[in-house]
Amino acid sequence: MRLALREALIAFRRAPLLSVLGIVTIAFSLFAFGLFGLVALNLRDALQRTEERVEIAGYIADGTAPEAVAAAMGDIGAFPEVAHVDFVSQDSALARAKSELGEFGDVFEPGVLPASIEVRLKPNARDPQSVKRVADRIATYTFIDDVRYAEDWVVKLYQIRTVATVVGLVLGLAFAAVAVIIIGATIRMAVLARGREIAIMRLVGATDGFVRAPFLIEGFVKGVLGGGLALFLTWLAAALISRYFVQASFFGPGLATLGVLSGALLGLAGSAVSVGRHLRRI
Amino acid sequence: MIRLTNVSKEYPRTGLALNDVTLHIAKGEFAFLTGPSGSGKSTMLRLVYMDERPTSGEVRVSGTNSSEAKRSDIARLRRHLGVVFQDFRLLDDRTAHANIAFAMEVTGAPRESIPAKVNRLLTQVGLASKGNAYPKELSGGEQQRVAIARALVNDPFVLIADEPTGNLDDRATRGIFQLLREINAAGTAVVMATHDLELMRRSDYRTIEMLQGRVVADSAHPEVAAS
Repeated sequence: MRLALREALIAFRRAPLLSVLGIVTIAFSLFAFGLFGLVALNLRDALQRTEERVEIAGYIADGTAPEAVAAAMGDIGAFPEVAHVDFVSQDSALARAKSELGEFGDVFEPGVLPASIEVRLKPNARDPQSVKRVADRIATYTFIDDVRYAEDWVVKLYQIRTVATVVGLVLGLAFAAVAVIIIGATIRMAVLARGREIAIMRLVGATDGFVRAPFLIEGFVKGVLGGGLALFLTWLAAALISRYFVQASFFGPGLATLGVLSGALLGLAGSAVSVGRHLRRI
Repeated sequence: MIRLTNVSKEYPRTGLALNDVTLHIAKGEFAFLTGPSGSGKSTMLRLVYMDERPTSGEVRVSGTNSSEAKRSDIARLRRHLGVVFQDFRLLDDRTAHANIAFAMEVTGAPRESIPAKVNRLLTQVGLASKGNAYPKELSGGEQQRVAIARALVNDPFVLIADEPTGNLDDRATRGIFQLLREINAAGTAVVMATHDLELMRRSDYRTIEMLQGRVVADSAHPEVAAS
């Protein structure tokens, strides 16, 4: 192991430009992937925030007994799809309308707006079928005059989310594949540059495992450094976007570590494949 | 020790390089392998250190059989063979000492044993004072001596030399040949491919002559030429 480490270090020292090129290539491949990840993350957040606004309003008939409304709210709150149930009194509805309409708020007389039950759904129950199912159940209460939810909007939002997920997966895989190919080619260059050394090692009786070890260490270290650099560049991009364009979220510590680790894994796998292919030919 | 039985080697693009060669080289023997370029000398040596495998027939080197050997068996075999080439094949960014030590390190020799052994080998090949020199600071003859020292690190039973004097002047050639004789006198077999008729004339070692992939003369077996 000590010898493998020394050989890996010698390789860095002997061809610093090639090593730096390798690290930068890994960094930029992962940076492209990271930028895509950043877009996907922010899109997902935006969709999630929008989805959280999906709500169903059941308008209560005048003169309904508060006990009946409270009992219904208990029932509705127990539906598996429901996250939260709120009661909006006539006064609250009026106050909300006035604040939303500003200077036109005065057109409403007290008692003109009905009281309502507002229902928010759990994240996994915001698809059009679930929303409709809950709305239909709410409508079965006799004191509910009307049930409203933005049916078209819910369907569209769900479609956008499905398309975004599919496009995200396809683009993500494509970016990852490009990163693997570029990183593999860079590491292959490093292996070919040391072909003579590998041949000499084999000639004097080094086993394949022994020949491989320094390359694996080198690939791993390049991967970690490239992954770290890519993470920094992505963070910088997110910071610049937040500052000059729109507030952007950045990866949490778990995803950031995963990014660097995937760089290390790519470096390791790229080295293993390149040196393995080279060894099979000699 | 080295036995080739009905060995043929064919390359897809260049055709037959060795044609039905049967040969035995005994322990401690010194044998010249000679013949014009393209006669199959280097191919035969590559088969002996199992850089290649025969298309047909069998190569057996000290119990390792070409038809059965795995890559790990070949690595183990090479630790008991020494190989030197016309172009020396040294690592240019390492000193003579480091080049020799490297061969010991890759085979897992105990670290503490390496410096003394390398110094002893440098002395044996006449380069005791040049251990810290890089290959480019050495003459061709000196570089070949370093390569020979590297080939000897694991006390091989045979030294395979593929035209080791091909790039050297007369004086360096004589020096390298003398070194190979000393190595052979100490018990290591030597198989040396060469074009140098003068070297062969100056000694009475076995001479195996090749032509178009066949052995056409063998001083140890005159009947080969007759047939």
